[in-house]
Amino acid sequence: MAIITVQDLEKTFAVSRRREGARGLIGRLARETVQVRAVDGISFAVKRGEMVGYIGPNGAGKSTTIKMLTGILVPSGGTVQVMDLDPSRRRIDVARRIGVVFGQRSQLWWDLPLADSFALLRHIYRIPEQRYRANVAQFTELLDLGGFLQTPVRQLSLGQRMRGELTAALLHDPEILYLDEPTIGLDVVAKARIREFLAQLNVDRGVTVLLTTHDMGDIERLCSRMLVIDHGRVIYDGDVQAIKERYGGERTLIVDLEEPGPPIDVPGARVVKVDGPRQWLRFHRTDATAASLVAAVAARARLLDLTIEEPAIEDIVRRIYEGEAAWEASTA
Amino acid sequence: MADLPAIYLRLISARIRAQLQYRLSFLLDVLGSFFLTIIDFLAIIVIFYHLPALAGWTLEEVAFLYGTSYVIFKLVDMLIGHLDGLGDQVQAGQFDMIMVRPLGALFQVVTLDFGMRQLGAVLQGLIIFGLALWRVDIDWNTGRVLLLAQMPFSGALIFASVWVAGHTIIFWITRGREAINAFTYGGNMFTTYPIQIYGAWLRRLLAFIIPLAFVNYLPALYILDKPNPLGVPDALRFASPLVAVIAAIVAWRLWNFGVRHYRSTGS
Amino acid sequence: MRLYWEVAVRGFRRYTTYRAATLAGIFTNTIFGFMRAYVMLALFDAVTEVGGYDVADALTYTFLAQGLIMVAYLWGWWDVAITIRSGDVVTDFYRPFDYQAYWLAQDLGRALYHAVARGIPPFVVGMLVFDVRLPLSPLVWVAFLVSIALAATVSFAMRFMVNLSAFWLLDYRGPGRLAAALWTALSGFAVPVAFFPEGIGAVVSLLPFVALFEVPVDIFLERQSGTGAAGALLFQAGWALVLLAAGRWMLAAARRKVVIQGG
Repeated sequence: MAIITVQDLEKTFAVSRRREGARGLIGRLARETVQVRAVDGISFAVKRGEMVGYIGPNGAGKSTTIKMLTGILVPSGGTVQVMDLDPSRRRIDVARRIGVVFGQRSQLWWDLPLADSFALLRHIYRIPEQRYRANVAQFTELLDLGGFLQTPVRQLSLGQRMRGELTAALLHDPEILYLDEPTIGLDVVAKARIREFLAQLNVDRGVTVLLTTHDMGDIERLCSRMLVIDHGRVIYDGDVQAIKERYGGERTLIVDLEEPGPPIDVPGARVVKVDGPRQWLRFHRTDATAASLVAAVAARARLLDLTIEEPAIEDIVRRIYEGEAAWEASTA
Repeated sequence: MADLPAIYLRLISARIRAQLQYRLSFLLDVLGSFFLTIIDFLAIIVIFYHLPALAGWTLEEVAFLYGTSYVIFKLVDMLIGHLDGLGDQVQAGQFDMIMVRPLGALFQVVTLDFGMRQLGAVLQGLIIFGLALWRVDIDWNTGRVLLLAQMPFSGALIFASVWVAGHTIIFWITRGREAINAFTYGGNMFTTYPIQIYGAWLRRLLAFIIPLAFVNYLPALYILDKPNPLGVPDALRFASPLVAVIAAIVAWRLWNFGVRHYRSTGS
Repeated sequence: MRLYWEVAVRGFRRYTTYRAATLAGIFTNTIFGFMRAYVMLALFDAVTEVGGYDVADALTYTFLAQGLIMVAYLWGWWDVAITIRSGDVVTDFYRPFDYQAYWLAQDLGRALYHAVARGIPPFVVGMLVFDVRLPLSPLVWVAFLVSIALAATVSFAMRFMVNLSAFWLLDYRGPGRLAAALWTALSGFAVPVAFFPEGIGAVVSLLPFVALFEVPVDIFLERQSGTGAAGALLFQAGWALVLLAAGRWMLAAARRKVVIQGG
């Protein structure tokens, strides 16, 4: 049962910009208007309870899509159905049932204590008293908010604020949670804590999550499905695991030799990079094993240290962007 | 819907709590608002220092216009003047957060702040209005009392409509804020003088297309028993409530039209 | 010097990007100009001369004042106060430039942009609709331009001090609004000081506030003889120096406060 259905969605903006080649004071004032297609015919569906990673480079149209799903923007073409409602026509009804965390934008009152923000949200969302108390208690425990509930938001650290934002977005038991860069700027520990919380949330409450991020760690840890968008179009929609396997066969052996030398020639691997005494050897699972390669390298040069690099989703995604992945975007 | 007033009070009282964190500054702000606005009345006094009547209106009668205009306008300013910040909210993406909450966008913008400092300006308006009422000779009857009593309501509705309708241009021209000042703060100035002094096209625009004449001038013609030099139907002197309701409907429609054209920032 | 020139150029350029804001401001200044012009016409409908102004003088004054609003920029310049509140000011103190001169250069760049982009259009529109005066002598124009530059300097010197008050008061908006009230009333912006009752007008004419509007307008209207105009420029220059010096003194006190309290 699809909770979000997007069909041929489009958004076009008229953008005014400086005329090319124009200089000086007059040039600064001379503008032209161009039509930019930020979202150019996107279709996908999300099932209830799914956690979907929504990724793409800057300016690909990710945020514009999310804004149409939440009713912030009215689409230029195509249709959006969120819980069987059109968000642009029924914005308020949709808003009651979704939670939103936009990493760069706060929904908290920056000059009031965190607890006061929650209290105001309780009234804005008309959350029943008991439900509200239970949720605040539960999130305070899960996200460890107790120490700073009475602190004005402006004095919170980024990690504390993000935990506050998550709670604020969840107090009214939303069915869908939209997350835009929820871990941006956080340290490793804080990231891990937020990921763990989100995974738990999905299991416990069955919340559907649409996650926009630049951090592939978020996707790997949380999402089974990934939507990749570029130039306003979906270029991949499918399993995170499948795409990892497709490229996952390729690993990289990084060796530190005693002294710099020419690229080492070993069967089953090719040197992709040399930096002084350090060399990168890429190999495929079917052609060689790590052990046999290490032995082969050690036979040719004195080996000081080594590491094996698993393929990062960043690389895979970059390859999809660059068109290396010659397969058509499959629709789920 | 029924609980909107309660939500309003909660949000506003949170704003007031935050403002009172800086008590001295708040006090200076109220004083500043008192003095900054009373200058406009001092300017009127300077003008009347050189002549007995402006277009047939005495200082006391102009003070009546001034007082009503300022009390009503500054009350509206206190409640919704922070619409001035809409352009900045759109610029900073804060309006996105408004759009994902289950309340009307206008309701939320209006509850983002509360212009308590305008108390100074309202107080100064009340003082001038009180003095005017004391010095002018009004032949009180039921009609005049009723007409005066409705002025704050229809006047506030008209000013508020100007404010809301004007700010819809922000959804197209994010940095267009200053143009709206011509109609909001400009409307305040416009209604402090008897409007027959203005040139025909300016009067047509600000007094009738934007119905600022109905805030205080037209009712004042009847209350102060002044002649009607503009040649508009006499009945219009009593039309303020009706005009105010129409203005509010137009402003509300424009606002909703504007929100649907909100572009957000970034991509 | 090179640095301050660059800073001024940047101050100028920064505002050229806000095209819509400039147009919106011109529109509003012009509408206010019309309203105030009609008030003047109503006044001069009953009298022929007020404080040495005839109706053409009064209309010229009205549109000049609207055009000069953004040069004097009385309401809403908090750039320095904002860096004080955020604490960024402390690092600025350790940069290798003169703090006051840096902001003066930037503000003069801004004022030049606003004098051209926000000053000329309302006046031209006013000129097309009403009978305003234009000086014929090139000397008067030169004096007028110098006077505007001095007005911008005096305006900066006063705003700079109000901004610095943020070092001592937590919030800057309260004192800012009080100061704005003073400037508006006593600079000749609300009404020409020449319209004031004589005794009051004579006292107000000695205060620095008239350097913002009244003095440049008087020079434009040729209300003074050649030596009188030179005296008026000296008056502005004198106040500019005094106020800048006062600002430096405040700045020194602020630095000491920062050193002692560590920001």
